[in-house]
Amino acid sequence: MAGPAPSVTLRERTSDPSPAAGNPKIDVQSLSFYYGAKRALEDITLRIQANLVTAFIGPSGCGKSTFLRTLNRMNDVLPGTRVDGKVLIDGQDVYAPDVDVVQLRRRVGMVFQKSNPFPKSIFENVAYGLKINRMSSGRAEMAGRVEESLKQAALWNEVKDRLHESALALSGGQQQRLCIARALAVQPDVLLMDEPASALDPIATQRIEELVYSLKTTYTIVIVTHNMQQAARVSDHTAFFWLGKLIEYDRTDRMFTAPREKLTEDYVTGRFG
Amino acid sequence: MDRSVRHFEEELGTLQTRLLEMGGLAEERVRASVHGLVARDLEITDRVLHGDEPINQLHVEIDERCFRLLALYQPMATDLRGIVAAVKINSDLERVGDLAVNIAEAARRYAMHPPVKQLIDIPRMGEIAQEMLHDALDSYVRRDTALARSVLRCDDELDGLKTQVFRELLTYMLQDASTIEPSLDLILVSRHLERIGDHATNIAEDVIFMVSAQDVRHHAPQVE
Repeated sequence: MAGPAPSVTLRERTSDPSPAAGNPKIDVQSLSFYYGAKRALEDITLRIQANLVTAFIGPSGCGKSTFLRTLNRMNDVLPGTRVDGKVLIDGQDVYAPDVDVVQLRRRVGMVFQKSNPFPKSIFENVAYGLKINRMSSGRAEMAGRVEESLKQAALWNEVKDRLHESALALSGGQQQRLCIARALAVQPDVLLMDEPASALDPIATQRIEELVYSLKTTYTIVIVTHNMQQAARVSDHTAFFWLGKLIEYDRTDRMFTAPREKLTEDYVTGRFG
Repeated sequence: MDRSVRHFEEELGTLQTRLLEMGGLAEERVRASVHGLVARDLEITDRVLHGDEPINQLHVEIDERCFRLLALYQPMATDLRGIVAAVKINSDLERVGDLAVNIAEAARRYAMHPPVKQLIDIPRMGEIAQEMLHDALDSYVRRDTALARSVLRCDDELDGLKTQVFRELLTYMLQDASTIEPSLDLILVSRHLERIGDHATNIAEDVIFMVSAQDVRHHAPQVE
């Protein structure tokens, strides 16, 4: 992070905390990440607050998605990768040897750029995580959880009469919301979203953005996006990455109206490179 | 991306040029209205009274440009602050143009009466107001916050002169009731000039916000 937390200037709303304030939900300390010999992330230190939306922005290849994936160890599946530093979630190091990665990913759910429903029914998609995590004791409880998750993902009204039809028959936007419902069903604390709306039309995008806004009261949300207007609309805090480094991290309104770093200024005004 | 940024920068450049044209017109009209008053020259005064159209046209054109840039480019950071500042500066300059008309109206009425006194403070106020306007626009072009801050400091001098003009004319009015009508017009003029200084101050504050993202409005002590 470049420089200390911003000082409170004349007209700043002091009730609006900077990302550095308070106890973080996710506390990343000096994190570096390597693909073989190549260092893809350099010494990232950043704290993510609970029940807010944090957006990661930056040009392609800046490391923002790689960084997102370090938060629930999704990079573990890639051969030849290595992590230095710490990622603490609720004070617990997710890279500690005794961490159950399956449990970690249940707590830290993920939604990807391209919706990836299983080739099963809508119901089965949402129920899948509940089954493998043995999170419901009977059919009624299972059905209740599925309904609740679909409601949270603002999809229930559109699918309640065809729960047993194939998920693949849904539209792109509906499939993406189904994937969000699937992630929510296992009751995570944190939701990681990697370009969740980049393949969607403007109306479906708006629904996802509304959904993100409504979900933040319950979850801590981290979203990677190429779309700066989207980051500006949905997030409370924004981190700007460039060449594997964290250049600036601040309240979103400041990042887009008065960034402190020249690189951020150049990126958000489209004068990059 | 590059191409559209270049186009956007061209548009920003045009916006700035138009705003400066408008500033030039506003300054000139303030100068002419005060000159018409002092010289009791009705020809000049009438030119101010009937010459509002170019400023009004620019006012509309600049607003349209700003709306278009906001809608099409969704600018961020310094670009966003620059366009928001342009919208505000635009209305300040339009108001300055209107105040010049108000001064010309008072000058016209004043010329119908014998002069109350030799005018010294009012021309001085006119000079200060024009200088403030000029410096505020200069600070906009040069993105010079030090110059903008110097404009804020001038405002006190203008306020002081306005009070002085009022007190002086009060004594004339008390002594001779026939001076009441022309004196009231002079008091109005001083009030209009003081308002022009306020608009220049607004512009300077917008420049400081545009350049440094610092909001200095309503915080006079910060200016020192």
